[in-house]
Amino acid sequence: MRRLPIPVLLAAAAVATLVAACGKAPPVTLHPADAPPDRLSDWGVVLADGQVFEFNAGVVPYDLNTPLFSDYALKLRSVWLPEGTTAAYRDGRELEFPVGTILSKTFHYERAGEPGDNPGNEPLEVVRADRESLLDEGGRLDLDRYVLIETRLLVRYEDGWRALPYVWNDSQDEAYLELAGDVRSIRFGGEDEGFVYVVPDVNQCGGCHKPDHTAAELRPLGPRAWQLNREYGYAAGRRNQLEHWTASGILEGVPASVPKGASWATPADATLAERARAYLDANCAHCHNAKGPADTSGLDLTVDAPVDRRYGLCKPPVAVGRGSGDRPYDIYPGRPDDSILLYRMEQTDPAIAMPELGRSTVHREGVELIRGWIAALPGDC
Amino acid sequence: MQLINARPGDVITIPEGVHAISRGLSLNVSGVTLRGLGMDKSILSFKGQVQGAEGLLVNASDFTIEDLAIEDAAGDALKINEGRNIVIRRVRTEWTNGPDEKNGAYGIYPVQAENVLLEDSVAIGASDAGLYVGQSRNVVVRNNRVEFNVAGIEIENTMHADVYGNVARNNTGGILVFNMPDLPNPGHSTRVFDNEVVGNNSANFGAEGTPVASVPAGSGIVINSNDRVEIFDNVIADNDTANIIISSYYATGYQGTRDVIDDYDPYPETIYVYGNTMSGGGSSPDGLDLKALKVAKFGLTGSFPDVLWDGYVNADKVDEHGRLLPEYAICIDNDAAQVLNVDLGNGSENIVVGDEQHRCTHDKLPAVQLAAPLS
Repeated sequence: MRRLPIPVLLAAAAVATLVAACGKAPPVTLHPADAPPDRLSDWGVVLADGQVFEFNAGVVPYDLNTPLFSDYALKLRSVWLPEGTTAAYRDGRELEFPVGTILSKTFHYERAGEPGDNPGNEPLEVVRADRESLLDEGGRLDLDRYVLIETRLLVRYEDGWRALPYVWNDSQDEAYLELAGDVRSIRFGGEDEGFVYVVPDVNQCGGCHKPDHTAAELRPLGPRAWQLNREYGYAAGRRNQLEHWTASGILEGVPASVPKGASWATPADATLAERARAYLDANCAHCHNAKGPADTSGLDLTVDAPVDRRYGLCKPPVAVGRGSGDRPYDIYPGRPDDSILLYRMEQTDPAIAMPELGRSTVHREGVELIRGWIAALPGDC
Repeated sequence: MQLINARPGDVITIPEGVHAISRGLSLNVSGVTLRGLGMDKSILSFKGQVQGAEGLLVNASDFTIEDLAIEDAAGDALKINEGRNIVIRRVRTEWTNGPDEKNGAYGIYPVQAENVLLEDSVAIGASDAGLYVGQSRNVVVRNNRVEFNVAGIEIENTMHADVYGNVARNNTGGILVFNMPDLPNPGHSTRVFDNEVVGNNSANFGAEGTPVASVPAGSGIVINSNDRVEIFDNVIADNDTANIIISSYYATGYQGTRDVIDDYDPYPETIYVYGNTMSGGGSSPDGLDLKALKVAKFGLTGSFPDVLWDGYVNADKVDEHGRLLPEYAICIDNDAAQVLNVDLGNGSENIVVGDEQHRCTHDKLPAVQLAAPLS
């Protein structure tokens, strides 16, 4: 087992930062596919000592234009490539990562109240914040203010990607591999009702990360060109992520013109339709694409699919079970409250709610976006 | 946990007892057998499930599940999405509180599967279909018991299915053979034979808006929009709307004002009904329109004939009298059984009983041959 040196554990946040920045923390270590370590710290991708969270040297944080909603969890994403390797830009929307790539996503919340306020941490009181995660100027997250829930790794081996969910301990200095997933009881500050936050089991990782259900290969979903084509606030200043990756030597082949996805939450940057379609892609199209596990429904919500019957327009339900809510079509132009798609976004009953995994609460802002878009759609069924 | 670490060839044993599970289970590895000690002994109970749209979701081939029960799943009890060589044997799926709109949709639900054997199983209380075979090919569904579901057995958009030896009682509809639009493949070639389809008169508790919510209570065997379907040698009795219903997508009230998509065939064609033992049935149809029609046409104490047809036909496939060409005909060669054409397409203006166009036969379909390793 490898842990942070004891002085680091006791040190102030600034010192911990220096350790990472100066490369004194153990470097990122790739472990064999058949022997994933029990402790997240053994990978060395992220460092946390109960006081601060930060990425190790050589680990590049990134954000997406339009992320998947996950119960208002804040997310910190990172990519790490072995020395001397690069990812390649492929035509279309995918990046191809080399063997040895480690992607991480750390789910966390802003605490509502002090860390010691609720002994046993059940339910955990957090802030319902619909925003991106922000590291401070030193590239850190203050763990007095934030609470880490889980860190998921996607690791690229010769024979494909492997998904590994790690769950953080109460002292916030280690996360442990939980192949069977986990549950946390969480409540948003000031609200009566809590919810069950679900850390997926390893099989469930494939429920989203196998967008081609026939090939059944695990693959990353977020880091695609149109999602990465945006600025990020690096320690050295704001810069386009694809440019930064290229300059850092971890990405090659980026053409002069790259598709840029809409930021679902930024009305100034894109039309309502562009934002709605980016949102539906990020939240639905990993299953609802032409080859996905939900191709059984005949519904395709990929961002570049035509908005026609296959996109849900005036499409009656198939094997919907209780999911229709007595509404006639997936998307009924001008009539959001007669649209099945919106109904399923508004529900939390597992038999009805969409997406099927990763959401126990309603994403109010996402619902409002899709409601507004459907309301503005012209035509009738 | 065993489902996560499973490797091809593994046999996972479910011990005797009621195993309470709060999250959906899934299996992604092919070649696994999941085996209990009996459908009343090894019970996976999902009462109060907080996550997962299924009790057990299988994304794998060469999968066998036998001798266990899945109870009270939030959504579907057992869904098998895309796989070959699937055996489901002596499995019970049940919602133990009885019929309820809040029950999960499907009991046993293989979809986009190929080479499927579903036998000796029991499905009770599903709010959609007890056994639902969707978008699959080469399927045998035999010797199962389905009760108190909205649809007992539903074969949907599936090619080459044999459904035999099953008992369907007390569902809203006993056995359904459907084709839905907007899906990759239309279904055809289903044989429904040697089944007992009796007294399927339970009130429809399907969620409003689902296709099966349009199935009238008292439906024995229903063919909707599907082609090349054979119904023979069944015992079909006491289904109060009709023992057999043959209908088009237009009768479901789902098409809206837009045309159905171009490559979808909404009409049931090449239907062959013969050798069934039919009795009772049609005495108390569900729905005001059908009730009124029955009283008007057959009197208060009378009954509908055994076969109810909505009368929609494809105008490109009819002769000069508006009757389906012989290769597409709805053929009834079944003792005295008669067809009631309710002429829905014309507002029921020309209701006909016992039209001679149904006195015909078709070539019989071959039996489904399951491929190795299931053969």
